Amino acid sequence: MKFGIVVFPGSNCEHDCYHVVKHVLKQDASFLWHKEKTLAHSDCVILPGGFAHGDYLRCGAMAKFSPIMETVSRFASDGGPVVGICNGFQILAEAGLLPGALIRNRTLHYLCQDVYLRTESNASPFTRKIPHGKVLKMPIGHGEGCYYADAKTLSRLEVEGRIAFRYCDSKGNLDEESNPNGSLKSIAGVLNERGNVLGLMPHPDRCAEAILGNEDGRALFESVISR
Amino acid sequence: MQEPSVDLDLAQAHGLTPEEFEKVRAILGRTPTFTELGIFSVMWSEHCSYKSSRIHLKRFPTTGPQVLQGPGENAGAIDIGGGLAAIFKMESHNHPSYVEPYQGAATGVGGILRDIFTMGARPIASLNSLRFGSPEHPRTKYLVGGVVGGIAGYGNCIGIPTVGGEVMFHPGYNGNILVNVMNLGIAHAGRIFRGQARGPGNTVFYVGSRTGRDGIHGASLLASASFEADSEAKRPTVQVGDPFAEKLLLEACLELMKTDSIIGIQDMGAAGLTSSSVEMAGRGGTGIDLDLDRVPVREERMTPYEMMLSESQERMLVVVRRGTEEKVREIFRKWDLEGVAVGEVTSTGHLSVKFRGKRVADIPVKPIAEGAPILKRPMERPVREDSDSRLDLSRIKDVANPGKALKGLLASLNLCSREWIYRQYDHMVRSNTIVRPGSDAAVIRIKGSQHALALTTDCNSRYCYLDPRAGARIAVAEASRNLACSGAVAQALTDCLNFGNPERPEVMWQFSECVDGIAEACQSLEIPVIGGNVSFYNETEGKGIYPTPTIGMVGIIEDARSAMQCHFAREGDLVVLVGTLGEELGGSEYLSQVHQLEAGAVPQLDLAREEAVQYACIDAITESLVASAHDCSEGGIAVALAESCFHPQGGLGAEVKLPAGKRLDALLFGESQSRILLSLQKANLPKLEKICQERDAPFTVLGTVGGNRLKISVGQDAEINATVAELRKPWSEAFPTWMV
Repeated sequence: MKFGIVVFPGSNCEHDCYHVVKHVLKQDASFLWHKEKTLAHSDCVILPGGFAHGDYLRCGAMAKFSPIMETVSRFASDGGPVVGICNGFQILAEAGLLPGALIRNRTLHYLCQDVYLRTESNASPFTRKIPHGKVLKMPIGHGEGCYYADAKTLSRLEVEGRIAFRYCDSKGNLDEESNPNGSLKSIAGVLNERGNVLGLMPHPDRCAEAILGNEDGRALFESVISR
Repeated sequence: MQEPSVDLDLAQAHGLTPEEFEKVRAILGRTPTFTELGIFSVMWSEHCSYKSSRIHLKRFPTTGPQVLQGPGENAGAIDIGGGLAAIFKMESHNHPSYVEPYQGAATGVGGILRDIFTMGARPIASLNSLRFGSPEHPRTKYLVGGVVGGIAGYGNCIGIPTVGGEVMFHPGYNGNILVNVMNLGIAHAGRIFRGQARGPGNTVFYVGSRTGRDGIHGASLLASASFEADSEAKRPTVQVGDPFAEKLLLEACLELMKTDSIIGIQDMGAAGLTSSSVEMAGRGGTGIDLDLDRVPVREERMTPYEMMLSESQERMLVVVRRGTEEKVREIFRKWDLEGVAVGEVTSTGHLSVKFRGKRVADIPVKPIAEGAPILKRPMERPVREDSDSRLDLSRIKDVANPGKALKGLLASLNLCSREWIYRQYDHMVRSNTIVRPGSDAAVIRIKGSQHALALTTDCNSRYCYLDPRAGARIAVAEASRNLACSGAVAQALTDCLNFGNPERPEVMWQFSECVDGIAEACQSLEIPVIGGNVSFYNETEGKGIYPTPTIGMVGIIEDARSAMQCHFAREGDLVVLVGTLGEELGGSEYLSQVHQLEAGAVPQLDLAREEAVQYACIDAITESLVASAHDCSEGGIAVALAESCFHPQGGLGAEVKLPAGKRLDALLFGESQSRILLSLQKANLPKLEKICQERDAPFTVLGTVGGNRLKISVGQDAEINATVAELRKPWSEAFPTWMV
């Protein structure tokens, strides 16, 4: 399987994603420069974490105008699997590929720590191998990860099963203490209508190897590979 | 615009002494132009010339088979095997951070990163060492928030993890905080780039952000003079950071370094265009012609003086092979950066600067680069009015309630959890962090290699105040011990020597003593100094800081999988102390916190014993015998035991027994050196015994890991008996509660 990893000038986690898919999971992978318009025959597109264009404005607000985003958009509407991790999620939301917005964390501080996620949907190429309700441990690293959407959108997401992950405690219970950034409905990741586009704030790319003390993130990549 | 005419008054206003001004006139054979005066004043400033410290720094051992680059370049480099080099350095950004904490700290990070990637290394880990004033001082919280925010803002955005550091509070830093930042990068050992301008005819490129008026005289006026009451007024001399611009510069430079264009490259840091061009020509034994009309500027009507002295951030000077200019331009265009040919390497040996067709500076490079004044400043051991170094323990009551004292220490800002800080730093980006902040040393794996690197920063400035030589020795030993606790063998260090006004003989004495202390420990432990930084004039209205020779150290763990952390991890493990108990209370955090006393002899340090203890620990970790290793430092064995119970996931108690000593407080909270707490399975004890015998390291079994209480008995009495939760609460809540 070939992964295409989009590189914006301020991307920081492109090498981490590349390392996981190429060296840990032994798949084909290539970088896609944001000024390009082709996806180099990728079967799956990753928008990695970082600060795409410095993000001095709103996170992802400029990235949606990068030339490659038009192609990514088309790939997504053709049903191609696209995952946005952290800044990648922010960009997908800004570009309108996913509903809602990511706003400043409740504490107003950047947060780098482990969190627990409850898998809420396995109706996506990225979660199909993860049992419903399964609790995963994953690191976050963001200042603007508080998921926000209006009430109508939230209830639609809920009804349509498009909430992919929620923040929870180690046992899978939802409570405000386990919600690091104040996201509405504890939402950590959402899907588009068709289920082929996933955005999530936590970093599966930072926990896919035993040496890092946590392999829970592998499941997302393995799901899409086994498709 | 009319430039002011140059005379002695103007030279003195630039920080030059009458003798130095005479020397300038002698070098040039005439009175300098205004631009030339500016150039000399920054190049000969304390910050750039090391004029007060240079004769002392020669005493450091700087060589070893692992050293690829010692002091004198942008950063030092060591061989870490597999054809790779680790390049690292620490630097101060103290004055700017006091004047404008967010930008001061942010540009400190930006500056040290450029020192690393200019050598051809991709930066992969940052650390810091911070000193703030008293927690009660009205400015302290503002400074902490700003500095932490600035480090986080810059490091997170550029995507380089901040993996470790230290922070201490003391009233001695009320008027002068310390912000020391360290970075480490990885390069191919055979592809290390240096700041050299070689080959007349080669082209000098200016790359990165445009030049503005920010930071003019940052090096000479801000970093090379003491503060008076008007520090706020110096805000315009602080630069403003743009981490995104630096990210672009980093990627573009690394891309350019894959080509064969580069002859030499150097960061425009302190004294910007001036120091980069002078130093590169100096090292290359050449000259440089600069045409300032081609320098990209972001403000109108900038004068040559301003352009030469601007410290605008995120800029580099690159000498490229003639004929490859278009390739260089293409790479910088790709990254939307300026990449402009602004000059040429010459064989004249002069820095010659043109502006609007007129020559505004023409200075022989050698005398300005190497002819900076070298001062042998007077030194004198300070006479203390009080008997600081004497301590009469008979007049101090022994601790009555050790449990309460322990909780008090754990809740103090100097010993409590630093999570509030490191949670704001992305410490995981680049997915290399094996041991995260909160242990004795941070550990990062090296992708494509079996090895991992351990990194730490350390200094106990109270020890250095009481006895600079002993304190500096301990700083080196403890940094190395921190690495040993992660399983790493120390390879080399960088230092950041923070002191008061060198014109005061007692400050120079402290400095010299600290240099000797570092040198002694380095000789004995075989750890070379491969680079560093001196920061003098940390002084406000005549009051200097405590001498603070911060040590940044790097070690190698042969097998990354064996990297060790500091928390008890298994129920039923034995708790073993390698080293001896000791009962030295002098200079301790306990005396300072509980008795408001900073007195006594600092703990003894036997460097042979230190080495034995460290290697016993490293051997035990390498042979996979232990589950945790933790250094006993500030707060003594009681605090070390408590910290060992605070595993981020859950936490385990322990029950230990200490033999009765002379004094309970000294036994529990004394800070004797060369001690490491290990926890291991009972079955591994004979193997540990054997290692300790071979290494000649004393050891004692203290007790057992388990349960949810920490119980410390001394002789027959249970002196501390508390649940892990009730000890952890004050420790973890102290910082966020204080910052609110």
